[in-house]
Amino acid sequence: MTKATASLLYSEDHEWVLQLGGNRVRIGISDYAQDQLGDIVFVENAEMDDKVTANETMGTIESVKTASELYSPVSGTVVGVNDSLGDAPETINEQPYEAGWLIEVEMSNPEELEALLSEDEYKEFVSEGDV
Amino acid sequence: MSTETVLKRTPLFDVYKKYGAKVIDFGGWELPVQFSSILEEHEAVRTEAGLFDVSHMGEVLVEGKDAESYINYLVTNDVTKIGINQAQYTAMCNPDGGTIDDLLVYKLGNEKYLLVINAANIEKDVEWMKQHAQGDVKIENLSSDIALLAIQGPKAEGILQKLTEVNLSEISVFHFAQHVNVDGITDVLVSRTGYTGEDGFELYLAADKAEALWEKLLEAGKADGLKPCGLGARDTLRFEARLVLYGQELTSEISPLEAGIGFAVKTNKESKFIGKTALIVQKTEGLKRKLVGIEVTGRGIPRHGYKVFSGEEEIGLITSGTRSPSLQKNLGLALVSAEHTEVGTPLQVEIRNKKIDAVVVKAPFYKKGS
Repeated sequence: MTKATASLLYSEDHEWVLQLGGNRVRIGISDYAQDQLGDIVFVENAEMDDKVTANETMGTIESVKTASELYSPVSGTVVGVNDSLGDAPETINEQPYEAGWLIEVEMSNPEELEALLSEDEYKEFVSEGDV
Repeated sequence: MSTETVLKRTPLFDVYKKYGAKVIDFGGWELPVQFSSILEEHEAVRTEAGLFDVSHMGEVLVEGKDAESYINYLVTNDVTKIGINQAQYTAMCNPDGGTIDDLLVYKLGNEKYLLVINAANIEKDVEWMKQHAQGDVKIENLSSDIALLAIQGPKAEGILQKLTEVNLSEISVFHFAQHVNVDGITDVLVSRTGYTGEDGFELYLAADKAEALWEKLLEAGKADGLKPCGLGARDTLRFEARLVLYGQELTSEISPLEAGIGFAVKTNKESKFIGKTALIVQKTEGLKRKLVGIEVTGRGIPRHGYKVFSGEEEIGLITSGTRSPSLQKNLGLALVSAEHTEVGTPLQVEIRNKKIDAVVVKAPFYKKGS
């Protein structure tokens, strides 16, 4: 299982955010989230140039068992989409922090990052079972 | 947990963790959704074998001089057609023809039957049975005393045969043997039945012996790839084989005829039974809606409760759906108005406010050996 790296930020909806420089970030779901979902079989991702808003739906992810909403951790414009997930959604199970990323966003309000959790805070959040 | 409800557990609960189970709330029961992965477990059952704990299922013993006629009054199939050591799939209906439950009737003796019912319906069913008791019958709910393990898959017979001297090849489908000794565990009822679309056995035994049997089976099946399986795989397996699930394909509002299990409805049997008149009317007037298989050809997975359309007209609902692990297609079972049920009929499924193209296809989606 891949481990989270300390430079990631997390939302309480189990998305991670990697800062790529400037206002650009990459977004995916945490290892905990992929493990809870089980075998992922379908992703409906945001599309290029879509606007996303913090804490609002940016797509859907489906395991064998169920469909779950994906919530954007930040607001902005979609500038990158991981198209390989269309044919290989299981990549999210296998490499949630690397090849299984979802989208890249040019943030319109970078201050929203301050509301996100650090890795330690996220770990604590998950271990509280408050999910 | 936000609710005060105490979740029920099977006698095997403490064993789950040892095998890596992910445990979730299934209608009031704390049960394993998976041990390794739903896809791996599904594949194991299709190609080798899987072991399921389904002890949450309910068992009701019906005994007495009038047991046969009483059961025949409760259920839609004809229980007079089975012999001792034979099981029959059937439904229990309300007077409107809606389904109270689907169940298996095991004929243990001439005046002794075991009815195997769905976990979520145990209280409701037992109350219904007692309400409608007639003649000399004794109705006893043994659900907490009996455990049930299912070993399913093409290698199930070979694995189980290592543990018993009873010749399993002599037990045909929907038949069973009583008081079987399985590697020192006595009094096991071994039934060639299941809910996966594969060959296999269901093993009924005293709850306190369940853990020992679970361990012995897994040990005996190691070399053959026997895997502990959760209810997630059980659901995808039964779905592909078009085996209906109470609460989805069958409800108090859906008749067994509509759900496509008419083979278990004998409206021409002599005895009266609850729902008979309503079911005869459905048959003679023709069904207004039917259960069909659908394949979503656009992008999306059909799920329970999604609406089904033909153009602008809403014509029904998805009862179950998933991405089929064996067929690698997005498939669903849908209860739709009868005029849209022919194979090849184009439909749309509403997925997150978008109408996605689908088509009626043949079900079962999967048949053993295909």
